[in-house]
Amino acid sequence: MAERNCLVTNDWICGEYVRSRSQELTDATLQHIGITLASVAIGLAVSLPLALLARRWRFLSGPVLGVTTVLYSVPSLAMFSLLLPFFGLSVSLVVTGLVLYSLTVLVRNILAGLQAVPDEAREAAKGMGYGPLRLLWEVELPLALPALLAGVRITTVSTVALTTVGAIVDYGGLGTLILDGLDTTFKAQVLTASALCVLLAVVADLLLLGLQRLLTPWTRVHRIRTNRADRGPAVAKVAEPA
Amino acid sequence: MNAITGAYDWLTTGANWRGEQGVWHRLAEHLYFSGVCLAVACLIALPLALWLGHIGKGGALAVNISNVGRAVPTLALLILLTLTPLGEHGDAPTLIALVLFAVPPLLTNAYLGMREVDRAVVEAARGMGMSGGQLFARVELPLAYPLVMTGVRSAGVQVVATATLAAMAGEGGLGRIITAGFNLQNTPQVVAGAVLVALLALLVEGVLVLAGRLFDPMRRSGGAAR
Repeated sequence: MAERNCLVTNDWICGEYVRSRSQELTDATLQHIGITLASVAIGLAVSLPLALLARRWRFLSGPVLGVTTVLYSVPSLAMFSLLLPFFGLSVSLVVTGLVLYSLTVLVRNILAGLQAVPDEAREAAKGMGYGPLRLLWEVELPLALPALLAGVRITTVSTVALTTVGAIVDYGGLGTLILDGLDTTFKAQVLTASALCVLLAVVADLLLLGLQRLLTPWTRVHRIRTNRADRGPAVAKVAEPA
Repeated sequence: MNAITGAYDWLTTGANWRGEQGVWHRLAEHLYFSGVCLAVACLIALPLALWLGHIGKGGALAVNISNVGRAVPTLALLILLTLTPLGEHGDAPTLIALVLFAVPPLLTNAYLGMREVDRAVVEAARGMGMSGGQLFARVELPLAYPLVMTGVRSAGVQVVATATLAAMAGEGGLGRIITAGFNLQNTPQVVAGAVLVALLALLVEGVLVLAGRLFDPMRRSGGAAR
């Protein structure tokens, strides 16, 4: 009986809410995951060629990094609003906005990763007759992978958080439930959706950390042997969009 | 694109700038929220970070707080605070959320700035007989200054962005023009509000970059370090 009442008394934590609205919560969570995945995937697909262009032609690296940095400073609500005339009230609006945010960290990290490839490795591959594409795919990208994946982790976590702002056009995944809960002062809905959001970010981060360990087993050995400091702090200096 | 000409018309209509809902009033609210909260966040975070950096402790806290800040959705925290009893005290939820989201970049950058000071320089200063306070004020702080200012800049941009989102939780500020535009299905107004917010964010960032250069303690020594 006490459990039923928590909906009436508008408690923060309410098991009955989770049970009775499980479908709604699942749908919102799936939408949230879908938007995040699409944004990070498209962001990667766009930033890889951008980073390669910026590396190939030095004069492009200034403008590319400059524009993506400026995009990063635009508040999220303004970013989504500026895209409204082009996309209308659609999920593509939210995904496009999130992709634009992801570019800053991804392009920077991919570029840094590629630039950190030792010249000896490059020379050795060329000496073995590797063409430019094979060199990129088999030597440079694998060596740039730790930096790339570090960028993907940061981007994914902030994308999960930023997706909530998509609620302004009704495509915010869990954010839509949060904003809805404000209008109806439904405390359990706001707290549950917020907690799920943070949980989603943490799970995504841990999964990517696992992927990073799996794909780049050599980085751990390297770190132990040379005791070199973690690369993390260097990336933490970038501002967060909100 | 008629939304863009519409936004231009909206911005050039004098009536939209005046009154309680007007741009000037919303801008004043926005600047008030942002300024007060950035100042409070600096007062809380900078002394703590500089002290932690000086004694070389609490690194995990200073670095991880940024990761935590990244994972917590700004909108969720704003709305959660609005629904607590704090929500009955007008601007309190917004002010608290703004400070909370400004602290992580300040703390992390200032701490890293202090820790990245060349250890050899610190040893040399100690060898010259500098006390802890002298070491801090004459060696560590000037060398950490660029990163401290990076943190202030990030926090400033963050605060302006969070203050915009406060409109979705029913607060004032320039974001209100955007949310009102959405409610009225008035795309030109939404775009006009967004342009104003984006310009403000870029302006704040620019001003903080300039201020950082202006007050750089290394500038007097000929600027060779730059």
